[in-house]
Amino acid sequence: MIEQNTEIIFNKKVTTDTFLMRLRSPEIAAEARPGQFVMIQARTGVDPLLRRPFSICGIHEDDGFLILYRVVGRGTAIMSKAREGDILSVLGPLGRGFDLPQKGHKALLVAGGIGIAPLIFFAQTIQNSDLIFMAGYGSASEIVPIEQIGLGNVKVLIATDDGTTGYRGLVTEVLESHLAGPYDNIPTVFSCGPLPMLKRVVTITLDRGIPCQVSLEASMACGLGACQGCAVKSSSKKDQPYYHVCKDGPVFDVYTLDWKSI
Amino acid sequence: MNEKKRDLSVKLGPLELKNPVLAASGTFGYGQEFSHFVDLNLLGGIIVKGISLKPMAGNPPPRIVETPCGMLNAIGLANIGLDNFLKEKLPWLQKMKAAVIVNIYGHSIDEYGAVAAGLKGVEGISAIEVNISCPNVERGGMAFGTDPYVSAQVTEQVLKNSDKPVIVKLSPNVTDIKAVATAVEKAGAHALSLINTLTGMAIDIDARIPKLANVFGGLSGPAIRPVALYMVYQVVRAVHIPVIGMGGIMDYRDALEFLIAGARAIQVGTANFVDKRVTLDIIEGLGRFCEDQEISKIEEIIGTI
Repeated sequence: MIEQNTEIIFNKKVTTDTFLMRLRSPEIAAEARPGQFVMIQARTGVDPLLRRPFSICGIHEDDGFLILYRVVGRGTAIMSKAREGDILSVLGPLGRGFDLPQKGHKALLVAGGIGIAPLIFFAQTIQNSDLIFMAGYGSASEIVPIEQIGLGNVKVLIATDDGTTGYRGLVTEVLESHLAGPYDNIPTVFSCGPLPMLKRVVTITLDRGIPCQVSLEASMACGLGACQGCAVKSSSKKDQPYYHVCKDGPVFDVYTLDWKSI
Repeated sequence: MNEKKRDLSVKLGPLELKNPVLAASGTFGYGQEFSHFVDLNLLGGIIVKGISLKPMAGNPPPRIVETPCGMLNAIGLANIGLDNFLKEKLPWLQKMKAAVIVNIYGHSIDEYGAVAAGLKGVEGISAIEVNISCPNVERGGMAFGTDPYVSAQVTEQVLKNSDKPVIVKLSPNVTDIKAVATAVEKAGAHALSLINTLTGMAIDIDARIPKLANVFGGLSGPAIRPVALYMVYQVVRAVHIPVIGMGGIMDYRDALEFLIAGARAIQVGTANFVDKRVTLDIIEGLGRFCEDQEISKIEEIIGTI
């Protein structure tokens, strides 16, 4: 975990509103684990004030790391204009990432939209043949070209709401069809995406008793667990009423959270 | 470099600090969270997250939202409670060379006294900072700090139960902060710190709901600095006890504004979220400024306006 000024190696548009940025930091690349995140200062003044959290989307030959981001507000709009050679202050890697499956254990990756970012790093890390990667988008134009990220030959099953590419419908329906048949070994589901999708993934996996880890998003200030801003309700009544997404997460085992309150 | 040439130490009544830079309560956890980035021994002091008698879970999320040049928070004073603080957090803090100041609050005047009593005789605590901006459950949730009389009562109750210097942290959400400041001074407080956050809200226009689950929260960050600075300026002129200034300090130049206005020390809050080392940068900046201006002791700057 470090705070440092890093150089932008590239910052390129990959869909109409999504950018892939590579930053130089051997230190962060060496420490980063799938599911962890960095916090980036988008500016040099005081507005926007806070750093923005981004999942690490991959590491590159140990000299840098990638983030994938969608332009949703002022911070990301400023970042989208940054150029090769510009310097950004980065804090990371932060948080608790995914518990990676053991070799031979089946992993189902379920991504929604920009939530694909940490799962790309996941797939890059385990390079496991027992991996099924499914990603949902609104339409074909939103599909992140993951071949540009250097994922090798991992195949991604695409679902689009409008049917312009792949399965027409929700990615959670693709997940359900994969879980329908009998299987020898119970797989683990790893998921990241918009909250309605995550909640559906949680219902599907909890109903079937299938282990599942999800990566959550939250507004954050410090990233260290000090400000307690990014609280999420825990399922435990005794231990700890709230977890903090930045430190206890962003990846949580679904059993540990109180989904009714989320 | 001649160390004597830039003496940054300050005296605040019974409290002596090696430099005027303190990490503000609620923005620095219990210190340990920042120790990976900051050598805490170099700080003037650390003010730990507000402690109540019993552990508090805090408010439901969303608890924070960014606003122009600032942020709103409604954490809800979440904390581990007095007993856990003494057992789990204080032993580590006691090894620090920085002053450790424990911020306390209560839901009733008696609870303030009980927390202060729980810290009585405990080694390694340089002072107590009393948060009077929280809701008084005995008075329908109105903040203690909005009423000069109640603020004085809280101060007296803490002093009666404490053997340490008592700093009272004032709320800016009042018509005349000088009235509360003088009432608290009269009640015997050793020092004042100000300002706490300003009450505010933000609305999600698409969902038409408040952005904070608690509806309102406390505004902090550079957005509030001019307001804070003027309040410090006024209070310094209204009381005889030392004043600690805070509100949106992001760098040493901001810190100097408060010192020149008459604050004898400053607290850095929201800036810690953005730059983990900002407290150390401010200390270095103050030292450089003193050298450049040929000021041998930082106290010479205080209240020079």
